[in-house]
Amino acid sequence: MKSMEELVNVYFRPGRLPHLWCPGCGNGVILGALLKAIDAEGLEKDNVAIISGIGCSSRASGYVDFNTANTLHGRALPISTGLKMARPDLNVITLSGDGDCSAIGGNHLIHAVRRNVGLTLVVFNNSIYGMTGGQYSPLTPIGSRATTAPYLTIEPSFDILALAQAAGATFTARATTYHVPVLVDVLRKGIRHDGFSIIEVVTGCPTNFGRQNKIGAPALMMEWQKDHAVPRAAWEKLDDEARRGKFPIGVLFERTDEKEYTKAYDEIIERAQAAKKEETA
Amino acid sequence: MLKFYTERCKGCGICAYFCPRGVLEVTELNKSAIKSGKEKDCISCGQCEMRCPDFAIFVQKEGA
Ligand SMILES: Cc1ncc(C[n+]2csc(CCOP(=O)(O)OP(=O)(O)O)c2C)c(N)n1
Ligand code: SF4
Ligand code: SF4
Repeated sequence: MKSMEELVNVYFRPGRLPHLWCPGCGNGVILGALLKAIDAEGLEKDNVAIISGIGCSSRASGYVDFNTANTLHGRALPISTGLKMARPDLNVITLSGDGDCSAIGGNHLIHAVRRNVGLTLVVFNNSIYGMTGGQYSPLTPIGSRATTAPYLTIEPSFDILALAQAAGATFTARATTYHVPVLVDVLRKGIRHDGFSIIEVVTGCPTNFGRQNKIGAPALMMEWQKDHAVPRAAWEKLDDEARRGKFPIGVLFERTDEKEYTKAYDEIIERAQAAKKEETA
Repeated sequence: MLKFYTERCKGCGICAYFCPRGVLEVTELNKSAIKSGKEKDCISCGQCEMRCPDFAIFVQKEGA
């Protein structure tokens, strides 16, 4: 297995470091974990496509040497779907922020999930719109301060994995930027899953969430993750009272009984070609 | 052995916070560095490398 320094040398485009993310931003930890996962899975650079939307998190695609596209706000999934349809052989990994994926892109999310398109979606959940200065998103916890909620948010947030599961997801997982080995593990499993996989990564935006909510230094945002995340096996043993305010990490749901979308589409092609042959015969 | 890419470091302090041996500090130049007197205390646990969001600190095996 390559060291992190080697992974940077192999997979970063030359001259892209230092990156543009703020001091202590968790995005770099997620990108590093993704490189570890891709390398451990033995994927060739040319067989990987990394497609992102718009946001600080979505900048990640531009740093690394795969087939990449930094696309439109909220539209990473439709573009990833198109790519996967055209090139089912590619490992398509979609990167999206919590705003990108659950607000403007929320509709695309439920339908990509419902269709079970063979994509690996990594949601960088920093609880806020980072790039535009700290507006709240559908994943901002209730009672948080945001530039659009100076008197605190009154809206309950989505549990994006529960949402995906209700929409028919075949693989859901969560990790944090504190739990790096868990993060690498669920990324690897999500990449391997034959169908749509969604991986929520709880991460810190010290600049636009941490500061407004007086969490303090970036390390304290990671300390918060350590205190609030519970590995799934332990989570199963907790009662509702003990679960309050905490969240499970690890692979939360997986099933393999549903056909991946491009494979189902191949069957349409076969049926159409058979029908055509009959017509001309 | 620790290897620093100082130009990548933004002084976030995550490595210093999580180092179990108190080896690291953020200097007045806003860069991570080994504290004076702590040069021999590193146990190569890899926490700093694993947590650095900026690919600025690596733990190299001896002799590598
Ligand atoms: C169609 C459109 N609407 C709005 C914007 C402005 N915009 C850019 S990034 C962003 C939100 C970013 O938040 P998130 O997706 O959570 O990503 P983060 O920056 O936190 O990583 C918005 C609203 C845009 N670029 N395009
Ligand atoms: S604004 Fe937040 S999400 Fe964006 S780079 Fe800075 S810390 Fe990261
Ligand atoms: S390898 Fe471990 S002991 Fe050494 S500086 Fe890094 S965190 Fe500290």
